[in-house]
Amino acid sequence: MKSYECGVCGYVYDPAKGDPDNGIAPGVPFEDLPEGWTCPICGAEKDQFSPL
Amino acid sequence: MKDVFQAVQVTDHVYWVGAIDWDIRDFHGYTTPRGSTYNAYLILGDQIALLDTVKAPFMGEMMSRIASVVDPQKISVLISNHSELDHSGGLPAAVEAIRPGKVYASAVGVRTLQELFHGALEVLPLKDGDRLSLGNLNLTFLETRMLHWPDSMFSYLEEEALLFSQDAFGMHLASLDRFDDEMDPDVLKHEAATYFANILLPYAPLVTQLLARVGNLGLRLGIVAPDHGPIWRKDIPVILDAYGRWARQEPTRKAVVVYATMWHSTERMARALSEGLKAEGAEVRVMAMDHVHRSQVAYELLEAGALICGSPTLNNHLLPQMADVMTYLKGLKPRNLMGAAFGSYGWSGESVRQLNDILVEMKVEKVGEGIRVKHRPDAGVLADCYALGREIGERLRAKAAPAA
Ligand SMILES: Cc1cc2nc3c(=O)[nH]c(=O)nc-3n(C[C@H](O)[C@H](O)[C@H](O)COP(=O)(O)O)c2cc1C
Ligand SMILES: [Fe+2]
Ligand SMILES: [Fe+2]
Repeated sequence: MKSYECGVCGYVYDPAKGDPDNGIAPGVPFEDLPEGWTCPICGAEKDQFSPL
Repeated sequence: MKDVFQAVQVTDHVYWVGAIDWDIRDFHGYTTPRGSTYNAYLILGDQIALLDTVKAPFMGEMMSRIASVVDPQKISVLISNHSELDHSGGLPAAVEAIRPGKVYASAVGVRTLQELFHGALEVLPLKDGDRLSLGNLNLTFLETRMLHWPDSMFSYLEEEALLFSQDAFGMHLASLDRFDDEMDPDVLKHEAATYFANILLPYAPLVTQLLARVGNLGLRLGIVAPDHGPIWRKDIPVILDAYGRWARQEPTRKAVVVYATMWHSTERMARALSEGLKAEGAEVRVMAMDHVHRSQVAYELLEAGALICGSPTLNNHLLPQMADVMTYLKGLKPRNLMGAAFGSYGWSGESVRQLNDILVEMKVEKVGEGIRVKHRPDAGVLADCYALGREIGERLRAKAAPAA
């Protein structure tokens, strides 16, 4: 599973870690993040992310 | 003397050439009772560089200060560490007056300056870790994205161990003194904390990362020169430690009771809660939004362990001044808080539920389901409020450090 980086703030979504603070369990691939999930640091939408 | 506005020497080669805004009281919704400064810096190397400018109306003052040490035409490099208008507002006029060979910003800064000035400027991107030689002196750049804008970066002047930190480590404090050791440390602590709470808190995890990174790079920090307020040359460890502590958001036994009121019932509840909190040893702040500003609440909450909020119901909603402060606080993303809601109402009573919903969104650990009362609280309800205050006070004592 690929990590994705936010093009606005540089936050890296690592599927192995998920985003537990926002209800995303470890193991969820970036592609499967729900619509409406945004960068936990700056609020940018999914389409601002690119694969590392 | 050509002009009253003079530059202030910071190191052998660096001069402060900013502007003092004694009068500003509202900085995009953050109250600034002590005014502010916009700090721009001149580096007199073999090549001469200007770092950041000032808010547009203050350009005359900046240009005069520059002219007190050097002919502005001799500046060949302009660097924008942060493209917010309090630092970039004067950039187009500066470029016009100076005609430097090169204007630089971070890659994101190049885009932001384009979005602000629409092609009026030609700006070159600097990457994280890039170096720029001014002949005898060298600058290194560090991206500090989201601290506090996506474009933000630090510039480090190696030979003089001077870090230009843009908004980080800054504060809104107008003064003719330029250095931390010339000012009252209690005022600096208060204003630096207010700045952190209102501007940097949403990005606290990035502050922690940045401090670690600066530590790992082993940068010598002889001087830290922010874009607002004093230049740090003495208490650098103090401000770095404070940033580390504020970013960790470790709760203390301090409770902030924030409320608004129409006919004083919610106010009575707030007072009863505050007495209960104090009975268990909490340090308490009671803040009525009818009289205080949201940014003062943000300051008080910075080192707190509990947020207790109250509102009566007005036309099925929170009082607008409570919606204001709660929206603001939610955006600042304070962490590690416990809390509760309370309020008086007349017939439908939506406010406490609405406050509870906001506390949940803020990830505040709720103590109880909140206290609602129709019209005036009687002795029994006030005793309930007092008991809730005690319960929160007890929990604070169990989990949090004593308030500083
Ligand atoms: C303290 C602060 C925080 C900001 N936060 C955000 C943000 O979270 N998301 C965003 O898109 N823009 C953010 N901005 C940028 C503003 O929305 C932007 O400067 C906008 O152009 C201001 O519009 P105005 O000129 O009508 O005030 C922020 C600006 C400031 C000063
Ligand atoms: Fe800023
Ligand atoms: Fe600023």
